[in-house]
Amino acid sequence: MKITKARLFAFAAATAFITMGNAAFAEELSIMASGGAWQDAQRKAWFEPFSKETGIKIVEQEYLGDLGKVKAMVDTGNVPIDLVTVETATVLQGCDAGILERLDYSRIAPREKFIEGSALDCGVGLDAYGDVLAYDPNVLKEAPTSVLDIFDTTKFPGKRAMRKFPAQNLEWALMADGVAAADVYEVLATPEGVNRAFKKLDTIKQDIVWWDAGAQPPQLLASKEVVMTTAWNGRIQNAIDKDGAPFKIVWNNQILEYDMIAIPKGAKNPDLAYKYLAYISQPEINAKLASYITYGPVRIDAASFVAPDALPKLPNAPDHMTAYLVADTEFWGDYGEDLVKRFNAWLAQ
Amino acid sequence: MLLSPYPTTGERIRITLLWLWCGMVILFLLVPILIPVPLSFNSGAFFIFPLEGISTRWYEVVLGTQRWQAAIGNSLIVAFGTTLIATILGTLTAIALSDEKFPGRRIVMPLLLSPLIVPVVITAVGSYLFYARVGLASTYAGIILAHTALASPFVVVTVGASLSGFDRNLMRAAAISGARPITSFFRVMLPLILPGVLSGAAFAFVTSFDEVVVAQFLASANQRTMPLEMFIGLREKLSPAITAAATLMMALSIVLLVVANVLARRGKQRPRID
Amino acid sequence: MSALEPTKLDRPRASRNWSAADSGAAKSVAAALRRADLGDRLRSLTLAAPLLVLLALSFGIPLVLLLSRAVYDPTIADALPQTSQALRGWNGTGLPDDAAFLALAADLRSNQAKGTAYELAKSLNARLPGARSQVLKTVRQLEAADRPPLEVMKAVPFWSAPGTWPVIESGTHSVTSFYLLSALDLRWNADGGIERVPPEQAIFVQVFMRTFLVAAAVTLATLVLGFPLAYLIASVPKGLAAILIVAVLLPFWTSILVRTAAWTVLLQKFGLVNDLLLWLGVADDRLDLMYSRIGLIIAMTHIQLPFTLLPIYSVMRTIQPSQMKAAYSLGAKPFTAFRRVYLPQVFPGVMAGCLLTFILCLGYYITPALIGGASDQLISNFIASYVNVELNWEMAAALSFILLVFTLALFGIFARILGLDRLKLV
Repeated sequence: MKITKARLFAFAAATAFITMGNAAFAEELSIMASGGAWQDAQRKAWFEPFSKETGIKIVEQEYLGDLGKVKAMVDTGNVPIDLVTVETATVLQGCDAGILERLDYSRIAPREKFIEGSALDCGVGLDAYGDVLAYDPNVLKEAPTSVLDIFDTTKFPGKRAMRKFPAQNLEWALMADGVAAADVYEVLATPEGVNRAFKKLDTIKQDIVWWDAGAQPPQLLASKEVVMTTAWNGRIQNAIDKDGAPFKIVWNNQILEYDMIAIPKGAKNPDLAYKYLAYISQPEINAKLASYITYGPVRIDAASFVAPDALPKLPNAPDHMTAYLVADTEFWGDYGEDLVKRFNAWLAQ
Repeated sequence: MLLSPYPTTGERIRITLLWLWCGMVILFLLVPILIPVPLSFNSGAFFIFPLEGISTRWYEVVLGTQRWQAAIGNSLIVAFGTTLIATILGTLTAIALSDEKFPGRRIVMPLLLSPLIVPVVITAVGSYLFYARVGLASTYAGIILAHTALASPFVVVTVGASLSGFDRNLMRAAAISGARPITSFFRVMLPLILPGVLSGAAFAFVTSFDEVVVAQFLASANQRTMPLEMFIGLREKLSPAITAAATLMMALSIVLLVVANVLARRGKQRPRID
Repeated sequence: MSALEPTKLDRPRASRNWSAADSGAAKSVAAALRRADLGDRLRSLTLAAPLLVLLALSFGIPLVLLLSRAVYDPTIADALPQTSQALRGWNGTGLPDDAAFLALAADLRSNQAKGTAYELAKSLNARLPGARSQVLKTVRQLEAADRPPLEVMKAVPFWSAPGTWPVIESGTHSVTSFYLLSALDLRWNADGGIERVPPEQAIFVQVFMRTFLVAAAVTLATLVLGFPLAYLIASVPKGLAAILIVAVLLPFWTSILVRTAAWTVLLQKFGLVNDLLLWLGVADDRLDLMYSRIGLIIAMTHIQLPFTLLPIYSVMRTIQPSQMKAAYSLGAKPFTAFRRVYLPQVFPGVMAGCLLTFILCLGYYITPALIGGASDQLISNFIASYVNVELNWEMAAALSFILLVFTLALFGIFARILGLDRLKLV
């Protein structure tokens, strides 16, 4: 008996030692991102330098940006990822649904160092992108000067494309109807304001083609299916730079949004996750992404670290910040679900 | 046998019309799948005609990158696994159900078909919830199991349809002649229902080979399949790389179909009664 | 059995022998037959068992796990234990007593302490639009604790509004009909009856109708296109048939994603279809085929055509050409022979193909998302969005459940009208 016990103990100790040794030597951080050029940029700007500096291996996963899979992981208590990149609207949904961890900013960076709206309870901003208007100057002889020109069907006849989602479209509708940018969310919080926005959208409903995936706007322009489209600035810039498309971006009245990263509830390595978040939230590191993709930093003090040649294409470059609106995440958290429902019903009518 | 022994003018016209109609249907079937072929050689990055120039850059992307190679391999593993299980089990079930004595056919049939009716998203999420608990999420076995559920109804339906024209008396005749059930299955029944079994297998293969939604939930980076890779590509950028992948898939399937045809002819000893 | 009627003609040999044997049947033979019958049943069950067990495990359990969410949602009940207790005695009309308000205040605070206030808010909001911000606001005021809880509760008009408490009360029961009713654009009204939701919120009935309509249109289109082709393939010499079959199977082997993308190229405004129409002079101006119902139906028809055609073809192949010859030699006109001899036999294949296509169409969502316009989204698009974007799995489960029930009912009606044996799906 005794011998057996002693052996067992020795065996257990050895196993524990080996496991600990493994943990100490090969720490792994599993990050799930939505793939493509954006993930490539993150790899060059952040994943690889982080691994080099800390010795922590980053395991990359990919998903389609839908939180359903993350919810399924959390619900079953089997969470094989430590960090997940998400859109702002998704962060709010995930936060409410209790599938994302509430973040402890003392372990990341001072919250007030982030641009307004880019440091949320459950998600910290990675970069800023612009919801802009894009067109092909070969098709539109007269150049639109503001995103709001999408509502002007007499001056710019033809089909136009917008994202199949209430956010941004309702804001633009109100601004086109004469509401000052500063008052947009206040008006939109009232039932009359919502009606007013939908009424404005009604005026161009017949001419709208709705896009779903970020890849669609450049294709819609290239195929001349539409004369203008709302889009994420990076997609259009990518088509211009990489594919030689002749498109132009209208920045005036753009809406600024943020890509986020979050820790799913029940993640196995929260300490490593925080280590990574703290790393990328340093101003000079945060600014590095702009060298690989045209999305801007979210740290207020990061602007001076952005590579000079990257700056003019960023949504938060000074030139583009004359007339803009910052998406109010708080508002969309409160009203998002109801407005999505209303928007879907409106679409279906 | 299209024409009756003494065709009339009216009949000739009807047959000509039939050919014309079918020609148009074939065009309708083929044109859209031939569209990706020239696009895959486009040197430009958009899905538009006319082409900007001819290049093989998209083939280099598909064949030259490890991601795509792994995805093609994963798809083949999953699809062959699914086809094997679904075809064998589905054929057995169809034979069982074609027997009018099968207890509870009325209930079993709709149940068997339900994987087709339930929206795939629901199946995908449900599968994840259950499979994750029993350790099947992010495994090949898990994806094959879930795909088998989606694919087996096709086999049951197509084999069932060809069994409806099968005369059960042939099996009785075989039994009376002293054949064991296994022998009479392979020698009498299988050759006659083979078209149904093969088309069922084709359905099963394609169902799995083309499936995105379940794979999206059940696959981790290690099991990423080709459609998943394409879907990610489509969302990211409508890149001609997916048309190159499609062209390769088509070339592969033409080869497979031709080989299957040759083999089938060589091994053909179909008993003909007439 | 009725399906066999027209075909009895061609099966005289075997059955004649059997009937001769039957006529001299003795009692012992009957008993033996019964035994054999039982054996047959058992054998057929054994044959079907592996697939049935596999489906139960790989599909049945997951489905039940998820669909049960349509009627079982314990989030609110779990979050509001004291309120549930306090509402036991409430008669459901007017406002409950102060004890209920206090219980709710206590529950809200304990949720805040546990960090589940947001979950509760989201869950209530799903049933009561606008509740999220009210819950969070109240929680913040309760946290501030500068006033007694009852005063805080009474100061927020939301908690004294007429519609609020009935919803909370129904939420305290874990088993709920809320989601199923919502999936049919229905809800409970204040008097405990069921009413329609206001028109600006009603979408699902319309979407269900649209889904069935599109599915029916696509099924019809595939039949009209596919039946003659299947007939042709079954009738021509083998070599030619093999080539034609390859033509049918090729699209089938091309990814749906790629075909959807290809249709985008064809249907877009400056796409090939519009070029052709202009060149032929059929249309005066370029048509908007993309993001339209007609474009969606065309693309879906293309994807589904092989599914309808192959079962029809596989039945046509088993029909002996001698039967048609026999019909001709008995003096039947080609059309009569076709209608009386050929058609009844292919009918099972036609039903199999059509049912397959119809059912598959009900589950489409990638193609409508990419080719259909905003008013062409089918029910699965909404289900997918509830699963992935809004994370409201209860609603997704309810919509799926309704879709499943409708489809099974339709299947049942078909089986009843035509007779299960004529349907010959299996």
